Amino acid sequence: MHAMATSPPIATDLRPLDTGIQPFDAAAARHLLSRAGFGGTPTQIDVLATQGIDRSVALLVNFESQPEKSVSPDDFDRNVMPPLTREEREQLNAARRARDESAVERLERKENQAKASDRRQLIDLKKWWIARMIETARPLEEKMTLFWHGHFATGARTIEDSWHMFQQNQLFRTYATGNFGMLVLNVIRDPAMIKYLDNDKSRKGRPNENLARELLELFILGEGSGYTEEDIKAGARALTGYTFEDDEFEFRDGNHDRGAKTIFGKAGNWNGDEFARLALAKAECSEFIAAKLYRFFVNDTPAADISAEQREARESFIKALASELRAQQYEIKPVLTKLFSSAHFYHLSNRAATIKSPAQLIVQTVRQYGTPPRQLSALAGACDLMGQDLFQPPNVKGWDGGRTWINTSTLFVRQNVAIYLLTGKRPDVYDWENDETRFNPEPLLAGATTPGAMVDRLISVSLAAPPHPERRAALVSFLESQAQARATEHSRAVAVIALITALPEYQLA
Amino acid sequence: MTDINAYSRRVFIRQGALLASFAATLPHFIQQSAFGMLAPDGSTLGSRPGVPDERIMVVVQLSGGNDGLNSVIPYGQPEYHNARPGIGIGEPGKPKNGGAALQLDQANGIGLHPNLTGFKELHDAGSLCVVAGVGYPNPNRSHFASMDIWQSGRPEGKGTGWLGRYVDASCNGNPSADMAVAVGRTAPLAMTGAKSTPIAFESADLFRWLGADKNGAMDKEYQAMVRAGSLPGVEPGSQESFLMRTALDAQLTSDRIRAAVSKKPLVAYPGSALAKQLQTVAAMIRDGMKTRVYYVSMGGFDTHANQPGGHANLMRQLGDAILAFQKDLAAQGNDGRVMTMCFSEFGRRVRQNASNGTDHGTAGPMFLIGAGVQPGLQGKYPSLTDLDGGDLKFTTDFRGVYQEVLGKWMKADTQSVLGGEYAVPGLVRA
Repeated sequence: MHAMATSPPIATDLRPLDTGIQPFDAAAARHLLSRAGFGGTPTQIDVLATQGIDRSVALLVNFESQPEKSVSPDDFDRNVMPPLTREEREQLNAARRARDESAVERLERKENQAKASDRRQLIDLKKWWIARMIETARPLEEKMTLFWHGHFATGARTIEDSWHMFQQNQLFRTYATGNFGMLVLNVIRDPAMIKYLDNDKSRKGRPNENLARELLELFILGEGSGYTEEDIKAGARALTGYTFEDDEFEFRDGNHDRGAKTIFGKAGNWNGDEFARLALAKAECSEFIAAKLYRFFVNDTPAADISAEQREARESFIKALASELRAQQYEIKPVLTKLFSSAHFYHLSNRAATIKSPAQLIVQTVRQYGTPPRQLSALAGACDLMGQDLFQPPNVKGWDGGRTWINTSTLFVRQNVAIYLLTGKRPDVYDWENDETRFNPEPLLAGATTPGAMVDRLISVSLAAPPHPERRAALVSFLESQAQARATEHSRAVAVIALITALPEYQLA
Repeated sequence: MTDINAYSRRVFIRQGALLASFAATLPHFIQQSAFGMLAPDGSTLGSRPGVPDERIMVVVQLSGGNDGLNSVIPYGQPEYHNARPGIGIGEPGKPKNGGAALQLDQANGIGLHPNLTGFKELHDAGSLCVVAGVGYPNPNRSHFASMDIWQSGRPEGKGTGWLGRYVDASCNGNPSADMAVAVGRTAPLAMTGAKSTPIAFESADLFRWLGADKNGAMDKEYQAMVRAGSLPGVEPGSQESFLMRTALDAQLTSDRIRAAVSKKPLVAYPGSALAKQLQTVAAMIRDGMKTRVYYVSMGGFDTHANQPGGHANLMRQLGDAILAFQKDLAAQGNDGRVMTMCFSEFGRRVRQNASNGTDHGTAGPMFLIGAGVQPGLQGKYPSLTDLDGGDLKFTTDFRGVYQEVLGKWMKADTQSVLGGEYAVPGLVRA
């Protein structure tokens, strides 16, 4: 209890961690690896703790120094959904008019076959991304790609072109920690987004408001924050003509409304870029993005469930983060550097304070324990079962995250996907392949020989905060009883890891 | 012990003092049962001693687009036979392409698929309502998009599900965690509300932790850990507390459901996947679970080619499974409490295609089963001559059927769930 006297109050601004007061120890290094990435092995944690906070943050944030798993455009088929040629379209219309069912069917069959290939390619895309998250030496790059996917949510079912989903995923990767404003300008040129929010149907005289509305409500300013219905209507006109042809953005001058518009009280012949820039210039934008980054990286406990002191600290920290975003002109990288270096981020009240997303849960379990990745299609399916179907967020709002990930059904899947990774045991209901590859926990436990040392090692790598002492005691006595029952070293180790992954606390990052 | 120091320091920082709250150790639904489940008023139908009065609805989703014209067959119209030379079913007594229709509405020349003998039996007992021509304006022929429209109950097919909104609003806005159960791989959009998600599992035996299957000694440890509900010093409202409570909830729900389905059913069920799902639902109803809405589904209805044999199998499985389910409910004494609704995301084109199958169409029939239905063929059968590009024009908006079942059967406020009023023929008696 005396330790309390040395615990610092929660910092309310971006001041860096003072390691004289709170050391950047293994627990802090684990916190950083888990939040800015997908966790790490005991060795990786030790390396970060040894090299100190500044180098550790730089290693994660300035990830360009790390080798890239290159993305080849040949990984996927660009022409998976070939549009009908003009000739085919005419034939199809003629056949329909003539009620020539066999001709209609022949032409539609081509489209149906393409759709089947597209669905297959979408599954390949999910597997590819999960593999990338597992293997990457640049975890923050993938994590921010996931962040932007949830922010600029676009669903593959509506797009019906997995190449466009791949293109969009690459866009998020390119701008993962780049300039948010530039990302927005690219998003309004992104074929998947244009299709998802119907901007391809928007033209002068009959604008479609979908993209303009979501830009203000969900992408730039936040719901009801700093805009009016009139701004949306004017913005929709500004965005007319922003469409795509095949795989590329196209500005159709003839469809664009060049007339005068008033946006946020400013009159001009605004186009879509100018509309976005006007929104980006509003202070509400920085607060909205700062709050979202905070919830993703720092703490997603509902405000009603934290103390008044924490609430105040949270609010002023987000304000400071917002002002840093403005000062950096929306360059994400320096802002994240400050965030991951801040005393606030490392405060004990912000440890074990976010709930792992399904992707995080899977990828972190593989990375921190070094389990075989098993069947990637099974992992993609498990992600869906846990509520995070990649490339298919539930709606344009993206995933709500935090506690909404957890319910009685998803909790069992979360526990069982860990069992699958550790043992290869197939939970039949989910059609996962049985996988006989053996998980080797030896490197994880190197040097830990007694039950107590083994449990301490596993807790330090597995849990975001020290668990209740009863938990530790139960795990130690389980290991002891297993030793008496002459279980093999391997099965004892796997069993105790499996129990740790079943702890409710394991769901916290 | 550095562990203990680190732990208590964090706990202290979070809450300012070490305290153990009794409330934090109670699972959510035990707490919530204190609010009570409101019984719908005037629901005396089928009331028996020892059987609760709360009404239940069961939704059966037929995925892939069921061929309505070969389920509820307008055998009396020559246009039907002309459009479907290779797949059209014969009139009663005159088999063709695999069978003769079962009589449903002789005056209008409408029958049931020959393999829907289960539905025929229910019809003759006054427990089947067939709603003809159900659809919505500007029909979407994509499976996913149309399914989203049906499940959300909204023409744009976005947002929450219609049953999720019903659950959200029930129990004065404090729905219990087991209000909605989906027997299936994932929670359907239909049951996903702003606040509520259903319990979803494909098989009760797998709705549990599978870790101990490899090593039985782990089970005792696991049970102790997840059933703790809370531990001294864990602050109510913290992420840890939330997770510990949910873990306990999950365990208790799993116990309850697995105990319920382990009982032998009162009647024999066929072997189809749908029958198994309905058997699980019947077991939960028999067990007296508080669940008001159940959801099951059956796939395979996307009959683009060589339809007759495949569709006949589907009809057999559907009718027989639902008949067994009704008999089980009757044997339990619960038949007066339950209404079952079958829907599909769309019907199929009137004219068959060149592969002896049918392509995606528009309106189709819905089926309501139970003691509370207005029996027989209801609504207006769509015209086979006044078509929209080769497709039927719908005669009843699907949201009208939802309104009947939610309003008249479940006694819910339909305006808040459906956001409008829809005209419907009487489908529910009380």
